[in-house]
Amino acid sequence: MIPTVSTVLDDQDPSVPEIIRGTGHLPEMRVDPISLFTRVREECGDLGRFRLADKDVVMVTGAEANEAFFRAPDEVLDQAAAYPFMTPIFGKGVVFDASPEERQQMLKNQALRGDMMRGHAQTIEAEIRRMIAGWGDEGEIDLLDFFAELTIYTTSACLVGKPFREELDSSFARHYHELEHGTDAIAYVDAYADIDSFRRRDAAREELVGLVQAIVDKRIARGVSTGSTTEEREQRDLLDVLIRIGMDVDTITGVFISMMFAGHHTSSGTASWAMIELLRHPEAMGEVVSELDELYADGSEVSFQALRSIPVLEAALKETLRLHPPLIILMRLVREDFELLGETIPAGTLLAASPRVSNRIEADFPKAGSFDPSRYIDPRQEDMQNRWTWIPFGAGKHRCVGNAFAMMQMKAIFSVILRDYTFQAAQPLDSYADDFTKMVIQLQQPCRVRYRRRSS
Amino acid sequence: MRLSVDLGLCQGHQECLAEAPELFGFDDDTDQVVVRVPEPAADQLGAARAAVKYCPAFALSLED
Repeated sequence: MIPTVSTVLDDQDPSVPEIIRGTGHLPEMRVDPISLFTRVREECGDLGRFRLADKDVVMVTGAEANEAFFRAPDEVLDQAAAYPFMTPIFGKGVVFDASPEERQQMLKNQALRGDMMRGHAQTIEAEIRRMIAGWGDEGEIDLLDFFAELTIYTTSACLVGKPFREELDSSFARHYHELEHGTDAIAYVDAYADIDSFRRRDAAREELVGLVQAIVDKRIARGVSTGSTTEEREQRDLLDVLIRIGMDVDTITGVFISMMFAGHHTSSGTASWAMIELLRHPEAMGEVVSELDELYADGSEVSFQALRSIPVLEAALKETLRLHPPLIILMRLVREDFELLGETIPAGTLLAASPRVSNRIEADFPKAGSFDPSRYIDPRQEDMQNRWTWIPFGAGKHRCVGNAFAMMQMKAIFSVILRDYTFQAAQPLDSYADDFTKMVIQLQQPCRVRYRRRSS
Repeated sequence: MRLSVDLGLCQGHQECLAEAPELFGFDDDTDQVVVRVPEPAADQLGAARAAVKYCPAFALSLED
């Protein structure tokens, strides 16, 4: 018997929107998912049950259950069917995620291949410098606005192509943010429910289609690149390819949205939280800045170093990811009865793993709640030692294929901004917090910091 | 020390080939890594450790 977690928010409570009355733990997951997922482990152990409307969810934690979860083939545990809130964002006809085989093929042929990283590192460095070009000697930024816009430019430039990125401005980032905000868990009952955040989501998607339509029109008027000459090949990007195969603009937009999705709010949130944690831990900030100063003292380039080892910064980033994983829950739909720790999980169940909960298991990560980058220094290496519970990138077959790209991007961002500027919190340090009321977690605003140019 | 790859996890990133080209090969048919030197010499251990550390799929192990 797999125990069921307690209920703290009555699903008939007057505060619960009518559309999700009687849906078990869905009302709680919608307002305080961390408390729900944490309680599942505390009360039930490695396997615990809760209910989302007509779906039984079994949440797994701990190395053994996580390993079985992450190693299971797609025919048994299906990822695509587990995220109903994504379908209206990508649009019909755009798959949620590629199969492991397709992912590997994407790696082989496409933008995330190891030997493409040098070019991406240069692109990212240039994008950061563009974003801070107008900063002057001192000022203030909102972390969410700043990093969400920056990562729109970096993901579009690296994954779609530079010509496409050159057509974008901050309006694309604003609409994209509305999409991400349209991931209310009410989607587990009805992804097209008539609620404000879904209406704004659909309006934002229309705006994005409009922006892409204008770019496509311009591209067609100019003549779509066929890549037949060297110059054309350099000018060509994925948009040319999709136009040439006759894909309609709605689907093209959906493809771009989906390609950028995995790399956008994740990287944006991680950069923000790394900054916040470094501001909360000045000694860690000091060590990171000294490491960077030493590393770049010889005038070496960011795009070169970001691909190489920067151990102190890497450790701070890993610790940020452990404490603030961008995805707090990963879901799979059980397609065939699944044996797990002596229990049979019947087909039709949703199986879930929680990076947020697993990353903080005290037995694996002593003083799990504290920010301690020294966990990753030899010989502790708590990420490698706990490869099934240190899971900010997931694990196994569906492990984030963008993680090398993401780490490189973080290293490039902090290499640039910490060498040129010092930072200071512009609000109480404990007031920075995530907004967990949507399935895509974003920093709560305001989340402001001050910068001041370093004297050379 | 024994160097091994878990082919259930390897995603074909080829970062290990950049870190330690003499220890690994790549199978173009399966798009997965091949360990060419399962027992690296003492002077190869640094490169082997770097390959294990920077494998984006956590697919490599170096154990006694």
